[in-house]
Amino acid sequence: MILVIAEHNNEKLKSFTLNTVEAASKINEEIHILIAGNNSENVCNEASSIKKVKKVLHAKSSIYENHLCENLTPLIVNLAKNYSHIISPATAFGKNLMPRVAALLDVSQISDIIEVESEDTFIRPIYAGNAIAKVKSNDIKKVITIRPTSFEPTSSSGGSAIIEDIGETEDLKLSNFVSKEESKSERPELGTARIVVSGGRGLQSSENFKLITDLADKLNAAVGASRAAVDAGYVGNDFQVGQTGKVVVPELYIAIGISGAIQHLAGMKESKVIVAINKDDEAPIFNVADYGLKADLFEAIPALKEELAKLNIIKK
Amino acid sequence: MKIIVAVKRVIDYNVQVRVKADGTGVETENVKMSMNPPDENAVEEALRIKESNKANEVIVLSIGDEKCQETIRTALAMGADRGIHIKVDKAIEPLGVAKIIKKIAEKESPELILMGKQAIDDDCNQTGQMLSALLGWSQGAFVSKIEFVDQSINVTREVDEGLETLNLKLPSVVTCDLRLNEPRYASLPNIMKAKKKQIDQINLEELNLDINPRIEQINVSEPPKRKKGIIVADVAELVQKLKNEAKVI
Ligand SMILES: Cc1cc2nc3c(=O)[nH]c(=O)nc-3n(C[C@H](O)[C@H](O)[C@H](O)COP(=O)(O)OP(=O)(O)OC[C@H]3O[C@@H](n4cnc5c(N)ncnc54)[C@H](O)[C@@H]3O)c2cc1C
Ligand SMILES: Nc1ncnc2c1ncn2[C@@H]1O[C@H](COP(=O)(O)O)[C@@H](O)[C@H]1O
Repeated sequence: MILVIAEHNNEKLKSFTLNTVEAASKINEEIHILIAGNNSENVCNEASSIKKVKKVLHAKSSIYENHLCENLTPLIVNLAKNYSHIISPATAFGKNLMPRVAALLDVSQISDIIEVESEDTFIRPIYAGNAIAKVKSNDIKKVITIRPTSFEPTSSSGGSAIIEDIGETEDLKLSNFVSKEESKSERPELGTARIVVSGGRGLQSSENFKLITDLADKLNAAVGASRAAVDAGYVGNDFQVGQTGKVVVPELYIAIGISGAIQHLAGMKESKVIVAINKDDEAPIFNVADYGLKADLFEAIPALKEELAKLNIIKK
Repeated sequence: MKIIVAVKRVIDYNVQVRVKADGTGVETENVKMSMNPPDENAVEEALRIKESNKANEVIVLSIGDEKCQETIRTALAMGADRGIHIKVDKAIEPLGVAKIIKKIAEKESPELILMGKQAIDDDCNQTGQMLSALLGWSQGAFVSKIEFVDQSINVTREVDEGLETLNLKLPSVVTCDLRLNEPRYASLPNIMKAKKKQIDQINLEELNLDINPRIEQINVSEPPKRKKGIIVADVAELVQKLKNEAKVI
């Protein structure tokens, strides 16, 4: 049996939970899902209607509201005896929590897998995706994080799993939630958008970065950025694509004013179609681009908008 | 208070790594090695905390072969006070690293352990979290800001939705993002001084720990290569290709 640790915000399931269930189903069909939260009944109902989920475990308490990993860990470790695999998405949530669970179970975690070979053998990228390792876990229990963009989301409907309330664990009082600054926008989410428009240091300022966000909005795309653009303060950290940011696999990735360092490529080179706009002939981004345009972005972006509008692909 | 910083010696981030033809791993012969990048931020932060008089000793620790001493020496040249090298000649997983650091922490009783958020070779992103759990301490992972408040710290974490601030009881394990600070360069006098600083070497056997790997690496292969693309003449051609050839807009 597999236990999937759901990621949610107490109101809704985070969409990558669906990809995690799909990954789990490649190992075993007997899938239970844990919702640990506060006033999280809606999330349980959502989880219960996922076709591939057999049972929803609901741990409700104010101590789980902010997903503090110190308090979630004992809850999961207590449940672990019933399961062969414990799986969560390799998001900030899963990366924060799962190694704690693994350590207390005395097992090695298998991080960020992109493929399931069998119940104990998995494929994962190493060295920023410059090498692909096939690994076999010899631990009795497997604690795994999955790269969500490497698995399809499973169907969110068609199921009616029972919801079982389970008890809460004690508040360890090691940490307290203080605040959260979330970037709010109407745009599609970076991780799941069909089109991503990303800007780099070539944009030169946060003022100029509006060229990127504006183009993205017109294409109904998500906005991404290189680490250099985030470091320079053009946009927030949640926009960063790459080895130490988010991994995206859109149908179309447009990289503008981004050189294409291996750490950036690690987050986007699996995209279906890659466009690069850069004024430097030698920029390594051109090595992975399906369509490269050697041009000054300050001329190319307005021209691109003009052309897209002319063909009625976007409104001016 | 004492701070321990864990630093890993890895292939330099500028090196284009190559997969070995026999599929056993990546080429490490004659390849430039450096301190794992976010570990430099961890060292820098420890030094700043000490300089603001909130700590009195910064200990740098590294686990691996003899060459790790160079990495420790780099941190000593930045300003750390002393080093601990745990000599291990075989590959070791994050769980094993966490168990070793726990032993050292029990001996040294630091109030803060700083590490990198992710090693750029194995990309595991596990060790700090595992260590924190094994010690039963609070955890701040992926941190881009640390502030002291009374007997605790506030850490700002980089999460998928933006930034989150937590208050952590000390002792604590904090893993650092590259945005935490700008690591200093070692000055020449400090490099000279670092040569005299103490590095204690501990053999793994002395620690009496089971750190045998649990994960077998079956093989390592090259990632699939992308088909070579084309350079378009202008914006009009680009849009035409995206619309009619790639059919993505
Ligand atoms: C451990 C580690 C982890 C990292 N993780 C990440 C990560 O997750 N994501 C990431 O992105 N980076 C990451 N980096 C940083 C990475 O190595 C690069 O420094 C970064 O990606 C560079 O960003 P950039 O391409 O925007 O900037 P630059 O490399 O400075 O490139 C700017 C590009 O813009 C072009 N340009 C400038 N002006 C114009 C113009 N007017 N018109 C057209 N083109 C123009 C230039 O030709 C150049 O190619 C990491 C680094 C380390 C060490
Ligand atoms: N062999 C090691 N010696 C010292 N520190 C290490 C070692 N391995 C990992 N670490 C620390 O753990 C962090 C995360 O590593 P990882 O979990 O492998 O991604 C690194 O940034 C280091 O701070």
